[in-house]
Amino acid sequence: MLTTQFLLLGAVLFCIGIYGVLARKNAVMVLMSIELILNSVNLNLLAFSVRNGSVDGNTFALYIIAIAAAEVGVGLAMVLLIYRNRRTIALDELSEMKG
Amino acid sequence: MFAAEAAAEVHASTGWFLEHAWLIPIIPAVAFALIIFFGKRMPMKGSEFGVASMFASLVLAVGAAWQWIQRVDGASSVAHSAVEEGAYHSAPFVGPIIREWTWWQSGGVEFGIGQHIDGLALTLLVVVAFISSLVQVYSLEYLRGDRRYTHFFAALTLFSAGMLGMVLAPNMVQLILGWEIMGLCSFLLIGHWWEEEANSRAALKAFFTVRVGDVGLLVGTGILFFSANSWTQENLGVSGFNISGLSAWAMSGAASQSALTWGAVALFVACIGKSGQFPLHTWLPDAMAGPTPVSSLLHSSTMVVAGVFLVGRLYPVFWEGMKIGDTNINFIVLIGGITIVIAALLAFVQHDIKKVLAYSTVSQLGYMMLGLGAGAWIAAIFHIFTHAFFKACLFLAAGSVSHSGSHHSFDMKKDMGGLAKKMPITATTWIISTLALAGVFPLAGFFSKDEIIDNVGHNGYNAFMIVGLSGAFLTAAYMTRATYLTFFGESRGAAAGEHHDQDGAHAVHDDHGAHAVHDDHGAHAAHDDHGAKGPHESPKLITVPLMILAALAVVAGLANATPFGSNWERFKKYVEPSSEYVMVESASASGPGESIVVPAAEEGAKKEGCATVAPDEGMVCYFPTVSHAKFKWSKAALSLVIVALGLVSSWLFCIQYYTRRDRRLVGLTERNTVLRGGYKVLWNKYYLDALYETVIVRAVAYPISRAAYWLNQNVLDGIVNTVGKVARRVAGWVYRNIDQRVVDGAVNGSGAAARGSGGVLRPVQSGKVNQYGALLFAAAAIGALILVIINT
Repeated sequence: MLTTQFLLLGAVLFCIGIYGVLARKNAVMVLMSIELILNSVNLNLLAFSVRNGSVDGNTFALYIIAIAAAEVGVGLAMVLLIYRNRRTIALDELSEMKG
Repeated sequence: MFAAEAAAEVHASTGWFLEHAWLIPIIPAVAFALIIFFGKRMPMKGSEFGVASMFASLVLAVGAAWQWIQRVDGASSVAHSAVEEGAYHSAPFVGPIIREWTWWQSGGVEFGIGQHIDGLALTLLVVVAFISSLVQVYSLEYLRGDRRYTHFFAALTLFSAGMLGMVLAPNMVQLILGWEIMGLCSFLLIGHWWEEEANSRAALKAFFTVRVGDVGLLVGTGILFFSANSWTQENLGVSGFNISGLSAWAMSGAASQSALTWGAVALFVACIGKSGQFPLHTWLPDAMAGPTPVSSLLHSSTMVVAGVFLVGRLYPVFWEGMKIGDTNINFIVLIGGITIVIAALLAFVQHDIKKVLAYSTVSQLGYMMLGLGAGAWIAAIFHIFTHAFFKACLFLAAGSVSHSGSHHSFDMKKDMGGLAKKMPITATTWIISTLALAGVFPLAGFFSKDEIIDNVGHNGYNAFMIVGLSGAFLTAAYMTRATYLTFFGESRGAAAGEHHDQDGAHAVHDDHGAHAVHDDHGAHAAHDDHGAKGPHESPKLITVPLMILAALAVVAGLANATPFGSNWERFKKYVEPSSEYVMVESASASGPGESIVVPAAEEGAKKEGCATVAPDEGMVCYFPTVSHAKFKWSKAALSLVIVALGLVSSWLFCIQYYTRRDRRLVGLTERNTVLRGGYKVLWNKYYLDALYETVIVRAVAYPISRAAYWLNQNVLDGIVNTVGKVARRVAGWVYRNIDQRVVDGAVNGSGAAARGSGGVLRPVQSGKVNQYGALLFAAAAIGALILVIINT
């Protein structure tokens, strides 16, 4: 019951996050959406951890938080550099990777 | 059937020092490591480790010797009654203290390491530790300020450790180990001042000449191991490397005579190299290029006596292999006899004081070999003992002269003379040692040398007794010449206070052509004040070792003073191994609480002793029965008269020649053809160096290199060229067929495939991040769907 609600919340957050990543043009907003995705996964892990009575999920959640922090650090640094070079952080204007 | 049954058991005492004698070489070896790693940081630059370790070894060695004496005394007092009953023809058997641990194994053969302590080992241990200690103390002053002071002490300490380890070796493997350590260290020490080319050449020469002999050591050890191993394993349960096992095997009568002979000859070749016997003695005088303390150590107690020690250690092998018991000329006697005379003659034409001593050492080693070869075992070992003291003293005195008297020169004719007044202590110790070396009663050399000569004659080698006597005459004469030139007459060169100019000093004394007359380059600047003050007595660190050694040169002979009756023959009692038959079980037992089985008398049985009759089943022998000459004053008087003649005639000649410049004598070698020829031969050292360096090296090395060149050009290059041609043909075929068609086809095909698929996938790479994200999530969603479907 409680688990289901947690999982539902996680699913909702995940979907919001995906929407943000796909639809947003601002790079900072994309990064924030990625954060949402990660945290929805955390929520899932914790929910199952509580249900199974083991601490493995908690451990993984802690790892994910740490990695997310690092990822945001790198991501923001990249955004900052892009802004300095281009005076914009709109993602649809960055199409140098076109093959 | 046992020839004798156990009638009494003798409890042979042992003790801590005897059981732990293996520590004696370990201490300096550890000190060597300490000097190498920490020496430079110590207040005395590492020399304190060396000196302390040598004194510690000396204490242990003396303690062990003391307990050995008690062991022998205990055994002989209990066995005394048995002796009176006539069961013995010699002293009762007192077993050596053997402890052995497995060092490493290879192919089922165990190589042990440990100790074999008996009278012989202890004699050498005490002498080596004692001389090493004094030499190290002496070096503190002599090498002060040297640029490689720390390394010198490291090598010196390891050198002593090598000798000590060799002396107490229970098997041939450890003996070779110690032997080679000494070879290495002698190289390092002789070439201590390697900046001068002559010094490094001398070091190389010493190393290579000794190595020529060392081949014999390996070959001999191999021969003995393969022929003795099965016998020793079966009878004594030890390997064929074991020294007491080899001794028992040689005496057992089961040994093959040809294996014994060739093994002994090969081992003796090693002794010729190491102990500077003719014809491999040439490295020894050149070894004078090293610092004087090294010469002293090398020539008195370590290194050169290693060869003599090896013969003494494996004496049963040499006894049986060379047929020493017969009175025919054998290899050892011959080499020893030749060495005595040729080296003594060479000593007459040397200008360098250390070279006189070097040839004197060679000659004295000849005496030791002569004694061993003629069956005078105890006399030869005793001569090692006494010779160590007076020869070390002579070398150190020569060093003292150069250090303080002649401004680092060793040239007697140019820079010495008249130093007796200025250096009274050095001169007194030198003269005492000279008289001891010449064999003047009652100094040390008299007892040992006379005993050798006496026993050589007694054992039937009459011709060699005459060789020994003439050697005694020559020894007295050349030592008198050196003494006169150094300490008496008028002062010359540096001894007169003349000051060498700094840079010219090296070149001035180069009249020997090949080798440095100079000793002290590293410390040249540090000792500049000596030159200004002129000759003076050396400091205490030098004179005290000299005085101790000179005192021993006086009294050491009393340790085996045959003229004073059998109570004085302590060496014979404590050092000479017993030639008794021993039961195997009692012989192999060792350690504390060991008992010696004293065989009871049986009428007439086995009175002959070992080496005359082979031992019975279950019995072994460890030493041949050697006979001892009875001392007679009439015989000794002859040699004393000869020595006195040598001393007096040489003295008179020196006064006439060097001081009064007698017209009849001066320039005689230029006027008289015969004498000129003789002088030239001696001056060129019998042309042996020329023989080795030009004839042999050219004859052997040049054809080899030419043959190698021919082989290289024709055979090897031919092979290489053929291989090259074949390879080129094969490569051409491979290129046309495999490379062009198969490999290139595959490469081109994969390229085309990649281009095609790239064109298909190209539109996906839009460059839009959001689109990438959509693809990523779509793929994840499809993956999740598949997962769900599979799992349900």
